[in-house]
Amino acid sequence: MWIYEKKLEFPINIKNPNPRLAKLIITQYGGPDGELAASLRYLSQRFTMPTGETKAILTDIGTEELAHLEMIGTICSQLLKGADCETLKACGYDPAYVDHGCGIYPMNASGVPFTAAYLQSKGDPETDLIENLAAEQKAKTTYEYLLHMTDDPDVIAPLRFLREREVVHFQRFGEALRIVQDLKDRKTYY
Amino acid sequence: MDRDKMLHEIMALDFALIDLNLYLDTHPTCTETIELFNNVAKKRKVMIESFEAMYGPLTAINYTNSEDMWDWVEEPWPWERKYGCKE
Repeated sequence: MWIYEKKLEFPINIKNPNPRLAKLIITQYGGPDGELAASLRYLSQRFTMPTGETKAILTDIGTEELAHLEMIGTICSQLLKGADCETLKACGYDPAYVDHGCGIYPMNASGVPFTAAYLQSKGDPETDLIENLAAEQKAKTTYEYLLHMTDDPDVIAPLRFLREREVVHFQRFGEALRIVQDLKDRKTYY
Repeated sequence: MDRDKMLHEIMALDFALIDLNLYLDTHPTCTETIELFNNVAKKRKVMIESFEAMYGPLTAINYTNSEDMWDWVEEPWPWERKYGCKE
C-alpha cells in the first residue's frame, strides 16, 4: 500500500511560464523513458524478485519514481500556468491545448499517449534487472537532452536532481543484479 | 522557525532517508549506515511532529490535530507555485 506525503521530493518553484518547454518535459511524465514507465516497470517486476534485498530495491525505487512523476507533473503544470492563448500558439503548444487544455496528460514530446509497451516484466530477475540498468541510463540521457533545451535556473535545478537520481538507481540495480547472479551460482531460484 | 524553512529542512532529511534506504536495501548489514539512518529518522520524527502542530498535516493518516475543520484539505498543494513560499 501507499500513503501520500503532502510535499515534493525536491522543491520546485518556476516563475516564468514556458509552454514550449512543458511540451518537451512532458515526455518524462508519459514518454518511453519517463517516470510513469519506470514506476510501473519496477513495481510490476518486484513480484518475481527472489530475495529480500531485490524485493526491497524494486519496491523502494518504484516508489521514488512516483515522487519523480509528481515532480515532472509539477514542472509542466507550473510552466503552463499563466500562459495566454497567443503564447500557447507561438510556442507550438496549441495541438496539445486542444486535446488536453493545460491538463497534465501522460504522453511523449510528440503527443503520443503513454503505453505499457514502454516497459517489460519478464518474470526472470536477471533479465528484468538488466532491462532496468538500460532504463535508468536512457532516462539519464533524456534528462541531459532536456537540460540542453533550457537556461531557466528554476527548471535546471529539479532536472539536474532527477538526472542524478537515475545515476544512483543505476548503481543500486547493478548491486541487485550481483545479488541475483551470486544466488544463481548457488541454486536454481525460480 | 517559519514554515518554508522548516519544510525545506524536512525535505532535506527525507531525501537523506530515501537515499540511505536504497543503499541499505543492497547493503543490509552495513551497521555504520544503519546507525546514520536511525539518527536521521529520529531527527525527522521530531521535526515532523512540530511542523504538523504548527502548519497542518503532511500525511492524512498520522494526523490527529483536526478539530472543527479537516486540515488535510487546506491549500496550497505541493505542485502549486506558492507551496514552497507561502505568505
